[in-house]
Amino acid sequence: MTNLELQITANEVRKNIIRSVHSAKAGHPGGSLSAADIFTYLYFEEMNVDPKDPKAADRDRFVLSKGHTAPGLYSTLALKGYLPVDDLLTLRKLGSYLQGHPDMKKTPGIDMSTGSLGQGISAAVGMALAGKMDKKDYRVYTLLGDGEIQEGQVWEAAMFAGFRKLDNLVVIVDNNNLQIDGKIDEVCSPYPLEDKFAAFNFHVVTADAHDFDSLRAAFKEAKETKDKPTAIIAKSVKGKGVSFMENNAAWHGSAPNDEQCEAALQELERTGEELCRK
Amino acid sequence: MPEIKKKATREGYGQGLVDCGAIYPDLVVLDADLAASTKTGMFQKAYPDRFFDCGIAEANMIGVAAGLAAAGKVVFASSFAMFATGRAYEQIRNSVGYTKLNVKIGATHAGITVGEDGASHQCNEDIALMRSIPGMVVINPADYVEAMEAVKAAIEYQGPVYLRFGRANVPVINDHEDYHFELGKGQLLREGTDVTIVATGLMVNSSLEASKKLAEEGISAEVINIHTIKPLDEDMIIASAGKTKKVVTVEEHSVIGGLGSAVCEVLSAKLPTKVCRIGIQDVYGESGPADQLLAKYRLDGNGVYEQVKDFLK
Repeated sequence: MTNLELQITANEVRKNIIRSVHSAKAGHPGGSLSAADIFTYLYFEEMNVDPKDPKAADRDRFVLSKGHTAPGLYSTLALKGYLPVDDLLTLRKLGSYLQGHPDMKKTPGIDMSTGSLGQGISAAVGMALAGKMDKKDYRVYTLLGDGEIQEGQVWEAAMFAGFRKLDNLVVIVDNNNLQIDGKIDEVCSPYPLEDKFAAFNFHVVTADAHDFDSLRAAFKEAKETKDKPTAIIAKSVKGKGVSFMENNAAWHGSAPNDEQCEAALQELERTGEELCRK
Repeated sequence: MPEIKKKATREGYGQGLVDCGAIYPDLVVLDADLAASTKTGMFQKAYPDRFFDCGIAEANMIGVAAGLAAAGKVVFASSFAMFATGRAYEQIRNSVGYTKLNVKIGATHAGITVGEDGASHQCNEDIALMRSIPGMVVINPADYVEAMEAVKAAIEYQGPVYLRFGRANVPVINDHEDYHFELGKGQLLREGTDVTIVATGLMVNSSLEASKKLAEEGISAEVINIHTIKPLDEDMIIASAGKTKKVVTVEEHSVIGGLGSAVCEVLSAKLPTKVCRIGIQDVYGESGPADQLLAKYRLDGNGVYEQVKDFLK
């Protein structure tokens, strides 16, 4: 895809995040929006996946370690063709296969159930290890929140991945600098992120999470890196694309009301029209 | 009288893994820096390419096990019961139980027979923790032979299984040709009419010893070995309780949440029966040789005998 096509797709992902979280009257729009471009790049450009064969043995895998941003992943999977876009409006509702946090048993395209922070990265490490054991070419991607990396398990997993030289693993940190209780460097700072992952024997790349040239370069560098897993520190804006949600921790875990939903969708509609005129 | 053969159930675990390694090419074993003690080191020696030491990081080990299983492997993740089920409880619940992935938790050094290491390492709560996870199978073998068979049964079963093994050498009671392990089925070891003793793990032998002493005094005790605590062989327990009208449970585990609780849950709903729960009575353990600890906590043959007698008074 061209960068413009990716931007248009990411904008559609953002609209569906707003629609689904509004429909659910609950959920996590802020971190879903900050990761929308990363989700889009992974599923529409980077990963070798087929929505018609979501369990293909040799597919690339994705683990959403920051599982609360499921609306972002579901919206991307829907646009990719894993599930009907209309079903996104059943998010979090009783009987829906779109649970509040990803459930691999219920939703096509979900490679691991997540939601409890810190656990997804370990599962991704296990998948990457299996790939190495079986001499398969598939790659494993996992997306972590920057608040999530306060969990000790993340560093247990990082130690293992670095030590085992899992160069088929890419850890992406959605570095929007906000967690529920405020700025991550004011709650309990995990900075410097780059130095930490480097110390755990990762190859580290810093990228702009909202610039597809930057993401493209980062993932290319990861693919070319041998004998080390790669950590991409993706500098992002929480709530990206909806101006009144941007850089506001209050939108971490609350849904827009009817007026806010309308305003957000109108803004994204304008963004989409501008992109289409390019 | 010939010397009774003694072996630890963890030895059976290690041997079971080695035996199965040849049969199941997808079998992978993980440990958290305790391979020599848990006996997964035996598998490591036989199949070094399918063994990974995760270091002292149990939470990650369980997650790695889940990831390996998601990619098609049958994975055993091992540590002491305390750290496997205590430290990594939530990882087991969310990454293994909830996903129904094919991960087996092989936990050794359960109960007070850990001995000299003391209370910090004597896990008397693991069965309660694992039993509460939806869908989790819980197996607690009585001896070396049963431990080996339990490993095979766990591999044949598709989904999460918790297996509990002990450190101490204990009598091998199932070393005979007609022994057969069936997941979820109790083993009627001795028929009786006055009282039913339902035992699990190392307490099966203590209960057999107790039943012999009781027999000398004319008390006929039925002894049932429950190696699979979940799913529980309800039919066997109900049938025996219906016959004897009195039930004693014996476990090297807290009386809260383990076998005793499981038996009471069944009987209270289906055949209300008076039950005496023998086990660790809501206390921590302490350092000491395993046999002396079993005596102090009244879990050796004599301790079980005395407690059953008190119950029957």
